[in-house]
Amino acid sequence: MNVAAPQTPALKLAYRAYVLLFFVYLAAPLVAASFFAFNDSLFPALPWQGFTLDWFFSDSEPKLGLFHDRRLLRGMQNSLLIGLAVATLSVTVGTCNAFLFERRDFRFKGFLYIMMIVPLVIPGVILGISILVLASMTANGVYDRFGVELSFLRPGIPLVVAGQFSFLTTITTLVIAARMKKFDVALEEAALNLGASRLRVLLTVTLPFLKPALIAAGLVAFLVSFENFNTTLMLVGSDAPLTITMYDRIAKVGSTPVLNATSFFLIIASGTLALISVLVQRERKPGEAG
Amino acid sequence: MSAPVDAIPSVGAPVKAGAQRKRDADRLALILLLTPFLLWIVLLIVLPHLGIGYLSLREKVGPRVYEFSFANYLEFLNEPIYWNTLLRTAWMSILVTALTLLIGFPIAYYIAKIAGRRSRAALFLLCLVPLWVSDLVRAFGWIMLLRETGIFSAVLQWSGLAAGPVEMLYNDVTVIVGLIYTVVLFMVVPIVSTLDGMDNSLIEAGYNLGGGRLTVLRRIVIPYAMPGIVAGCIIVFMLTAGSYLTPILLGGKNSMWFTEQIYNQFITRYNWEGGSTFGILLLVFTSLVVWLGLRLSGQNLANTVAKR
Amino acid sequence: MTSDSANDLECERVTKRFGSFTAVDDVSFEIPSGSFFSILGPSGCGKTTLMRMIAGFEEPAAGDIRIRGRSVIGVPANQRNVKMVFQHLALFPMMNVGENIAYGLRCAGVAKGEIERRVGAVLERVGLPGVERKGIDQLSGGQKQRIAIARCMVLEPDVLLLDEPLGALDLKLRERMKIELKLLQHQFDTTFVYITHDQSEALVMSDRVAVMNRGRFEQIGSPQELYNHPSTAFVAGFVGDSNRWRGRVAGRDAGRLQVETEGGARLLCAPGQEGLAEGAEVEVFVRPEALALVRADGPVDPSANRLEGRVDSLLFNGAASRVLVRGAGDKLVEVAYAPSGETGELAPGDAVVLACAAADSRCFEAQPHSDGADPQ
Repeated sequence: MNVAAPQTPALKLAYRAYVLLFFVYLAAPLVAASFFAFNDSLFPALPWQGFTLDWFFSDSEPKLGLFHDRRLLRGMQNSLLIGLAVATLSVTVGTCNAFLFERRDFRFKGFLYIMMIVPLVIPGVILGISILVLASMTANGVYDRFGVELSFLRPGIPLVVAGQFSFLTTITTLVIAARMKKFDVALEEAALNLGASRLRVLLTVTLPFLKPALIAAGLVAFLVSFENFNTTLMLVGSDAPLTITMYDRIAKVGSTPVLNATSFFLIIASGTLALISVLVQRERKPGEAG
Repeated sequence: MSAPVDAIPSVGAPVKAGAQRKRDADRLALILLLTPFLLWIVLLIVLPHLGIGYLSLREKVGPRVYEFSFANYLEFLNEPIYWNTLLRTAWMSILVTALTLLIGFPIAYYIAKIAGRRSRAALFLLCLVPLWVSDLVRAFGWIMLLRETGIFSAVLQWSGLAAGPVEMLYNDVTVIVGLIYTVVLFMVVPIVSTLDGMDNSLIEAGYNLGGGRLTVLRRIVIPYAMPGIVAGCIIVFMLTAGSYLTPILLGGKNSMWFTEQIYNQFITRYNWEGGSTFGILLLVFTSLVVWLGLRLSGQNLANTVAKR
Repeated sequence: MTSDSANDLECERVTKRFGSFTAVDDVSFEIPSGSFFSILGPSGCGKTTLMRMIAGFEEPAAGDIRIRGRSVIGVPANQRNVKMVFQHLALFPMMNVGENIAYGLRCAGVAKGEIERRVGAVLERVGLPGVERKGIDQLSGGQKQRIAIARCMVLEPDVLLLDEPLGALDLKLRERMKIELKLLQHQFDTTFVYITHDQSEALVMSDRVAVMNRGRFEQIGSPQELYNHPSTAFVAGFVGDSNRWRGRVAGRDAGRLQVETEGGARLLCAPGQEGLAEGAEVEVFVRPEALALVRADGPVDPSANRLEGRVDSLLFNGAASRVLVRGAGDKLVEVAYAPSGETGELAPGDAVVLACAAADSRCFEAQPHSDGADPQ
């Protein structure tokens, strides 16, 4: 008997129904967004006009499919580029941070740890505008004084990367540090004792141990970057990533089924990546330090 | 202690040299590890916020001429629409946080304590998958469901409950439903993690000592889950107060969300001083609420938020 | 400062401080080639720090450590030919058995074919041939133990350090591994330095044992010497079981001391240390097996110390069975007994007499507080 569960059948049933309802609530908008991607109609609305894949693959107006829509493809490409850059950077710095906070003792460590966490609780819009302001002030200052235009400090992909990196590094640090906590330092000492150089210890013992966390952190960073809107909105230039492109469409053109196709594509892609990141972290259990 | 050491001078010197070398290497490693961290925090967090703080405290008095003043803050106070928006955002965020806790806690409890071993993992995953789907897609999904030509309206008409198309977008209830949807997972996940660590024997002991269902819930389960609840509430509150897409898309033109004001000042009106002021106000305000929440619950930031 | 090459490891006045705390205090010893040397002490006595200095993970504040006669001060850990078996073994979980053992050889740049041959050979020697491809978590506790030793021995170290490697094993396996370790040491003919807080591990396996307390070596000797002739109160209390009486020296008599215990009994004792004057506070140690137990009316050797009491309880534990006797001053005394012998029909409440020879009653200056030296 599970003492934690409700004991009367009616209560049990009600609880189950509530949980079921909750998951229906979770799934409803995702299903709704995907649903119209397959409707052979020019508008994402009922009635159902028959199944089609045109909103993915058709190459002509008026039913220009996602994979032939230049602007959406361009956005996807930008998102991919930004996501890869942010994932690489934030995992690299996150790894350094994990070593710093898990392995080292130094003055003001407690204070700096709080500083490390703070980006997670700053609203994304504010992170966006503050980085925009600093970058612009710097660029203006340099231009006024030296007459040099630093275009990477103007809204565009480099700033978007900086903005997303600024809060994702906290997440990657926490993920990697959590794994590092489980690392037995004796493994490194054993490797040193067996004659390995410091670099070799890092490459053959420490990093392989951290690998599941590095992969998971990278995937998380990539995903969050791919779906990010708030921070990106403030920093975006002419090379807009997919979410911004899609938002512009919704706001300016109104919704068309190609946006449903894009949504479906995003749901499937991020669902798959999320699943991989969970599985990667799961698999480590049998291999725990002995 | 130095006398016996000096008695063996042949070994004293290398001992010191070796220790010195080790200390130097340690120092170098520490500096190398601190550099990326400090670059990140100083260049992307501290300086930018000082930047908007600085902007918020200056006033444009002519073309490219500025002077120090509190004019931006005074304008905020003098313009009811601004502070009304902030108050409304705050009130709605607190409401959303409370509702999310009410809705999310039973779910977290079910996943952590009632579901079987295998369905627990599956439910947890189900919880996480929508988490990774973009805000935009979720809001778009709600639009598909709730607008005049949406699925709900069609179902209502088809079943005869409504005579004509029903518009369910652009009202506060929809905004709240959409916001809860966006943030509920951030409430469920930390509570599941803390409840996972609770031994069922604690509940058994509670009953064994004569507690009723409610007593056990109130005196044992909820206090145990408190760090998770606080973490969830902080994250949910911050995300809600800082959200942009959901209120705009589901609330429409009159959603009156504070982040929208910030965006308008910056991008539409190109008034960076005003926008920075609003940014600082939102930051100070949300920090205040979070700080208050931490104080009242006796938790601290590092062990609630970071424990996820 | 010449070094005798017959010693694999020598430590000379080694000291290590952490802040104001002195973890290892002026320790000197030498270990002849091919012997099994144990460092025995309670947790926190500095034995692990000493071992970490030998392995090169800590630098001593003063003193010298020599391996095969060569000082290793300033030599980094990865260049010392001292290998170590860690407390929790520290087998690399991301590598299989073969890769674990090959790790050190790879670092040394040994050719691939040679690595394979040597890994195979060492696995043969530890009695686990052909397990190269197994994962670490497919091994049993005892097998892991042997792999950890093989991983070190394949590098042919001058000295093998073992840091309480049996601590994590269950009792049965631990008993078996004690014997196995001793056999492995014989087989490899390498100097083993074994660290433990478990006196039975140290006594069973070692050629020589150093008893360590509060950063200092109390006594170095063979297991028999430590057991039969402890030179300090700490050693007497820490190695083996003892009954203790606190008391005061009441007189001297032909190399024996007359001690009056707090309970009022008079014991004739052999002084365990020099300079115990009349009136000195002392502690008397008597092993449970040195006490002869007879019925109150039975015959007692007149030259022996005589203690009267009543049987309190019988603790049956096979060959290690004990009788608890409540003696003078309400003190409980442990006495070894063979349950099948003539005392077999003892019952609680029986009046008995305990006798022990003066030579088996050792007294030492009383310690201000018996830090961790409690026999049980």
